[in-house]
Amino acid sequence: MKELSLNVLDIAQNSVKAKAKNVLIKITETETTLTFEIEDDGCGMSEEMVENVINPFCTTRTTRKVGLGIPLLKLAAEQTGGSVEIKSVSEQVDPANCGTKVTAVFFKNHLDFTPLGDIVSTVTALIQGSPDIEWRFEHHLESGKVELDTKELREVLGDVPLDTYEVIKWIEAYLIEGYDSI
Amino acid sequence: MKSLAELAAIREKMKDKVVLREGSGDIRVVVGMATCGIAAGARPVLNAFVEGVSNAGLADKVMVSQTGCIGVCQFEPVVEIFEAGKEKVTYIKMTPEKAAEVIEKHLKGGAPISEYTITNAIS
Repeated sequence: MKELSLNVLDIAQNSVKAKAKNVLIKITETETTLTFEIEDDGCGMSEEMVENVINPFCTTRTTRKVGLGIPLLKLAAEQTGGSVEIKSVSEQVDPANCGTKVTAVFFKNHLDFTPLGDIVSTVTALIQGSPDIEWRFEHHLESGKVELDTKELREVLGDVPLDTYEVIKWIEAYLIEGYDSI
Repeated sequence: MKSLAELAAIREKMKDKVVLREGSGDIRVVVGMATCGIAAGARPVLNAFVEGVSNAGLADKVMVSQTGCIGVCQFEPVVEIFEAGKEKVTYIKMTPEKAAEVIEKHLKGGAPISEYTITNAIS
């Protein structure tokens, strides 16, 4: 992947596929590290599946027998000296608390660190693609934070779907303004 | 500063349109957004369609959506166009520039660009 924001987009699509109702994307940056967490309340995975997802020959897709999402993320993190951790509770084990949390840590000063890139575009693509999911986005930087919660937008928008073009453009402009102000 | 008041204004504006949207989607543009698509550049292609369809005034007629892996990863970014009563058109190795052309000639003009289709690549 050319940018880490594309890994974020890719991993968050797993939450969509897991039928999550709420997804949190949280990015935390320090001077030397970038950590992103993607946490959902989807169907989760069995312990065995969690052990297996780092294997490229493990996939939920039916069109092809190779899944590269997690292996690519692991590569991007580990090549900077960082790591990926996956925690999951399967709905078969605990339907009330099921879900998955993927945490990836990157060292920014490493030569092989991939820049975050266009994260705003990732957030708008996710909301456009799954407007019924409640998305929460937080980006904590040393200089301040940028955040967006679709629940708050929905309260104002009523029946207007989040994938309405004008709403997507508003979200894009809102986030860009957020980054400009910190 | 972007305010929630602007969203309230969008809601007002959309009031009459909601009914229209229900009946919309004569044409469906589906962008493959699995790992293969994303790595090959599907995100800017998706944005080009979302933006371009609205700017071309086609929002009531064309719905842009996303899907997982379509199964022809070597041809990503892949975009499928479904239209009632017509055969599906599969565009391959898409770029934002090609997307703009597809909106103009195919979605607006009704003429698929065969040069960019999968049929053209494998025949």
